[in-house]
Amino acid sequence: MTDIFGIPSQVLLGQIVLGLINGSFYAMLSLGLAVIFGLLNIINFAHGAQYMTGAFVAWMLLNYLGINYWAALVIAPLTVGMFGMLVERFLIARLAHLDHLYGLLLTFGVALIVQGLFRNTYGSSGMAYDIPEALKGGTNLGFMFLPNYRAWVIVASISVCLLTWFVIEKTRLGSYLRAATENPALTQTFGINVPLLITLTYGFGAALAALAGVFAAPIYSVNPNMGADLIIVVFAVVVIGGMGSIMGAIITGFMLGLVEGLTKVFYPEASATVIFIIMVLVLLVKPAGIFGRPA
Amino acid sequence: MKKIGHFLAASIIFSAMSPVQGHAGDTEVKLGVLTDMSGIFSDANGKGSLVAAQMAVDDMAGQLAGFSVHVVSADHQNKPDIGAGIARKWFDEDGIDVVLDIPVSPIALAVQSIAEEKDKIVLLSSAGSSDITGKACSKNTIQWTYNTFALSNVAGRAMVERGEKAWFFITTDYAFGHALERDATAAIEAGGGKSLGHALNPIATPDFSSYLLSAQASGANVIALASSGGDMQSAVKQAAEFGIQAGGQKLLGLLFDVTDIKALGLDVTKGMLLATPFYWDRDDESRAFGQRFMKIHGRAPTMHQAGVYSATLHYLKSVAAAGTDETQAVLEKMRETPVNDMFARNGTIREDGQMIHDFYLVEVKSPSESKGEWDYYKVLSTVPGEQAFQPLGSCPRLANKG
Repeated sequence: MTDIFGIPSQVLLGQIVLGLINGSFYAMLSLGLAVIFGLLNIINFAHGAQYMTGAFVAWMLLNYLGINYWAALVIAPLTVGMFGMLVERFLIARLAHLDHLYGLLLTFGVALIVQGLFRNTYGSSGMAYDIPEALKGGTNLGFMFLPNYRAWVIVASISVCLLTWFVIEKTRLGSYLRAATENPALTQTFGINVPLLITLTYGFGAALAALAGVFAAPIYSVNPNMGADLIIVVFAVVVIGGMGSIMGAIITGFMLGLVEGLTKVFYPEASATVIFIIMVLVLLVKPAGIFGRPA
Repeated sequence: MKKIGHFLAASIIFSAMSPVQGHAGDTEVKLGVLTDMSGIFSDANGKGSLVAAQMAVDDMAGQLAGFSVHVVSADHQNKPDIGAGIARKWFDEDGIDVVLDIPVSPIALAVQSIAEEKDKIVLLSSAGSSDITGKACSKNTIQWTYNTFALSNVAGRAMVERGEKAWFFITTDYAFGHALERDATAAIEAGGGKSLGHALNPIATPDFSSYLLSAQASGANVIALASSGGDMQSAVKQAAEFGIQAGGQKLLGLLFDVTDIKALGLDVTKGMLLATPFYWDRDDESRAFGQRFMKIHGRAPTMHQAGVYSATLHYLKSVAAAGTDETQAVLEKMRETPVNDMFARNGTIREDGQMIHDFYLVEVKSPSESKGEWDYYKVLSTVPGEQAFQPLGSCPRLANKG
């Protein structure tokens, strides 16, 4: 077994693959956040709670209605997306004329309420959710045993991220959205329903978070705190990537997943903080973020 | 003149308000359950601990003539500063006589020293570090349910005897995790085994894949999980995913509760060996308690919650026997009297504060063997208390005697 920098290559390659898996969660979640912030200028602290709700909806669908994972992949994001739209229409839209900070506080409050409700009902030990039959087992890659489900997560999240990027940057619908963000008044005069577009976009961002939650349900424990733990890291990822850049969020998500994975090999104690160290460095050198456009 | 009068009045008031050292007895017996009501330990402890304490108080109704008994609870949120703050307020302002439960060893250690300073009692059911009755031992603290030494000794020795000699630890990076790893390493080395290394994870980690990878690469026979609560569950679940048990390595959860098995399911946990001082389905008495508890709380009692019940019951019995709730008198009565209830048979409280009682080596049933909800363990053997717990020796207070 060859050694790279004193670490067996088996362990190193394994950690890189694991880093990619974590990176896919970071990428999907930061994508949702980047969409909502970049296009709507809303700092959505409820994102973690939406991720958690997605996982719980998947669990509830299976345990109360017998609906399996594959259907949950569609139903859970739709459900959470709809709730997201209600939150946007009836709560967030009222703060549109105020400072960003109010939106942040509101979404933070919503997150705490949602988390508290779930914790009250389901406790905090976490609920079991099985990996779907078709994805059980794994392949022995030689240097590690890669569970099929985790391979699926990487592939599926890359696809979703690229699809989202494509829709926003390359289609007409995406161009309406980008125009509505830059100049809502002018865009509205063209007959485009800007408030509806904003509501739909927020719902889409929430749905992305919920989809990530459904991906996470079989591998992480479905518990009310799962979003809170992840959201801080995801915010750091978005800040590093550049708040307004969609592709930036995707690339940074995967990159930072890799960095975290490598840190776990060489200096595990720092793995929880390395992303924040990078965030501080990026803010000092290029405050708009690596891919961000300066305001 | 007026100034001096004011000054005099103020100093009289202030001296009347200062906390009295040495808690003198009164007729109000107040118990405080300090626990995690909302985080990763709230299922194994949490509200259930409060239920258990209240059950003990209810069972003693009518036997404590002249005393009024109250139970309060608080959520320390797994943070030592919050836990210590609550303990101080309880002792200084609320007249709490005894604090129960306290999961998370660093919090227990903090509260232990505050209680010794203010001469109050601490009955620990959940914090497990063996330092509590070792180098941090206090005459006012009793560690009731278990400690890291007993867990690792019973489980570790049993596994090494079955030929599993090479171990790797996945340890949560805090006092309890380190104590568990330290005690387990000592136990397996005493039996001829060897630790191949460890991977440290921060508390409340969602993803154990990289630590499991290191464990797999080490080639150990046994991967011991020196963690508990939510962390333990994530590790076990993900180990199944990465084919750890399929690859021939055995998984050992050093601290496992029935609530963990409920959350993980028997499919994932079947065949796991673990050490526990209590199982609700062990015999008729424990079953009766377990079923009463389930009616009130909706879940079977964990060893911690059962320990809270037993500790509260013994404390109240000692108050009744001593005729006072003055701290040292009650502690003396508690130490004199053997503990006999559904939790422990002929348990004794040692001078270092350890409550010595039997331990059980159990195996988790497979789904087909389990006949109902919460029917999880088969008891393989009983280890007598004297063999399970650490010998008297590391408590500095006692080392200076004789």
